[in-house]
Amino acid sequence: MKKTLLSAAIGAAVMGLGSAASAATLDDVKAKGFVQCGVNTGLAGFAAPDASGNWTGFDVDYCKAIAAAIFGDATKVKYTPTTAQVRFTALQSGEIDVLARNTTWTISRDTSLGLNFRYVNYYDGQGFMVPNSLNVKSALELSGAAVCVQSGTTTELNLADYFKANNLQYNPVVFEKLEEVNAAYQSGRCDVYTTDQSGLYSLRLSLSNPGDHMILPEIISKEPLGPAVRQGDDQWFDIVMWAGYAMVQAEEFGITQANVDEMKESTNPDIKRFLGTEADTKIGTDLGLTNEWAYNIVKQVGNYGEVFERNIGQNTPLKIERGLNALWSKGGLQYAPPVR
Amino acid sequence: MTDAALAPPEARTLRSYVYDPKYRGIFFQVLALAIVVIFGWWIFHNTTENLARAGTASGFSFLNGRAGFDISTTLISYTNDSTYGRAIVVGFLNTLLVASLGIVTATIIGFLVGLGRLSRNWLIAKLCTVYVEIFRNIPVLLVIFFWYKGVLDTLPQVRDSIALPFSTFLNNRGLAFPKPIWGEGAVFVPIAFVLGIIAALAIAQWATKRQMATGQQFPIIWTGIGLVVGLPILAFLAAGAPLTFDPPIAGRFNMTGGARILPEFVALYLALSLYTASFIAEVIRAGIRGVAKGQTEASSALGLQPAMTTRLVVVPQALRIIIPPLTSQYLNLTKNSSLGVAVGFPELFSTTSTTLNQTGQAVEAIFIMLTVYLTISILTSLFMNWFNAKMALVER
Repeated sequence: MKKTLLSAAIGAAVMGLGSAASAATLDDVKAKGFVQCGVNTGLAGFAAPDASGNWTGFDVDYCKAIAAAIFGDATKVKYTPTTAQVRFTALQSGEIDVLARNTTWTISRDTSLGLNFRYVNYYDGQGFMVPNSLNVKSALELSGAAVCVQSGTTTELNLADYFKANNLQYNPVVFEKLEEVNAAYQSGRCDVYTTDQSGLYSLRLSLSNPGDHMILPEIISKEPLGPAVRQGDDQWFDIVMWAGYAMVQAEEFGITQANVDEMKESTNPDIKRFLGTEADTKIGTDLGLTNEWAYNIVKQVGNYGEVFERNIGQNTPLKIERGLNALWSKGGLQYAPPVR
Repeated sequence: MTDAALAPPEARTLRSYVYDPKYRGIFFQVLALAIVVIFGWWIFHNTTENLARAGTASGFSFLNGRAGFDISTTLISYTNDSTYGRAIVVGFLNTLLVASLGIVTATIIGFLVGLGRLSRNWLIAKLCTVYVEIFRNIPVLLVIFFWYKGVLDTLPQVRDSIALPFSTFLNNRGLAFPKPIWGEGAVFVPIAFVLGIIAALAIAQWATKRQMATGQQFPIIWTGIGLVVGLPILAFLAAGAPLTFDPPIAGRFNMTGGARILPEFVALYLALSLYTASFIAEVIRAGIRGVAKGQTEASSALGLQPAMTTRLVVVPQALRIIIPPLTSQYLNLTKNSSLGVAVGFPELFSTTSTTLNQTGQAVEAIFIMLTVYLTISILTSLFMNWFNAKMALVER
């Protein structure tokens, strides 16, 4: 009798442990009071801790936008630095709520990894960086080179495909951690560094003599980078994706961090709907948030263009052009579906 | 009622069962079993439920998919068109390579240092003590980084390679040396080598038997070396020296042609060998110290020379103490080889992790790694247990 009671008690306790982390992600996030955001371990401009240990960057601002939309407070984020190898497992296992880590959206990640992508916050492509001293002008001259690359990335696969397609030889030098790849390139263990072009601009800055290295003109792949969530929670998926679209839409409306309070007085029905000032609007509450969600994002984080310029734009050391990431109305690909 | 054992069975109360050691023992064993079973069931249940919820594919069919990534060091032919399964095998063979070379080197260094610490020569004894204390007290990962970043990284760049004799070049991308290309008839060389070993073993057995019977000695060691080294050389010459070399040549970026040893491998191999050798040295020292002094004195009294005393009296007895802890060190070295991932050496952990990342099959990939490491360890243990049984005291 005692035995059955005891084992039943143990069984019950054990079952209790097992059924954690299965509720709707939004409820979990609200209950714990912060968004757990998976970011890069350190990629200047995109996600890196600053001198005082605060995370800053383009992807970090995305995490902040999600927190602003949910809590009205962009600081309610905790960051989990993830390597390329562990990022998907961290998301699948529920350790993080959202992965905002310059991650390429591919069909196999969308399907077999059980993830969901939709919004692309940075359109990128893979490139090569070489020291000027090698006197290389094109990636097609790279046959026989030792190439540094991070393992477990689309980059590693594109590299193999590109060299094979062009009938070039190479020696892969592969590391799990970005810092180790950087160190290997800097010490001359390899001739070429390959990753997404945005990453190359960022990494070049961290070298001792950035001017001694050039980024080759070839872009060998499409790398749409965007946030990812687990499959099976459509509400959370919508919130994460619309936080991104809201920033793009704000830029299109010309709403900035500085003028968002004035814009609240606007009589334009589109803007009223977007900022939640329209009477009886249900757009925010239907998302599971307040109607101030978009206002909070713009007020606390800024619109897409502001976030871009602040972290990686012309006035930053990275000096990345908007290029493909300009608004659709200005010849780029950033396009938000209507907020209606 | 005070003594349950004396009471007739039908009169026993619950209380008497509680205080009966026999029933209490059974109760706790059943309880322990129940806990283990429930825990195991919970892990299984939790995993399947989480997998179902994550919406990821499961099963081992992913092993047949195209890997698509390249590997720097491969013992068998591998391209990015090979399967994930083959990528894992490549990693497994690299693990075996570094572990087996590491075990041999660690044993040799460990043996020498262990004996050195017992030396009467003050300088040798102290140097060996310093070696053991340094390497035993540093984490092995740090030793790996020391070799990789501290030593091999400081070698010159590829365009300033150090040229060594025989077209061999040393730079921070490793050691490039002429690649031997075996021609026709070369297959006889390894055959002769194996034959030499067999012949040497047979002669050793015959000589031991003869010495037991007649007391006549035979130069076993020199004959053995002659057979093992001489036969392959004879076979090589008889086959018309079928060997040419492909030397490395400085290309635009790298040395092209030839063969090379990569710094990632060297760093891991040296670090594992030197680190484990410090533990083995202590095991050896303990084993030798564990042989009673009276044994040495007795053999001297019988007129055996010091060298024979060591070989015939001390070492056989010391081995009995040495082998079990030595097995643990071998297992540690094999498992520590997974740290190679830190310097980018493509061993089992590294290639399987990449596979995991590309396919998302976390449970399956971890399961494969666990199974392989467990199998290597169990096989090593079985071999060492067999060796231990062979060395154990045979009671007469």
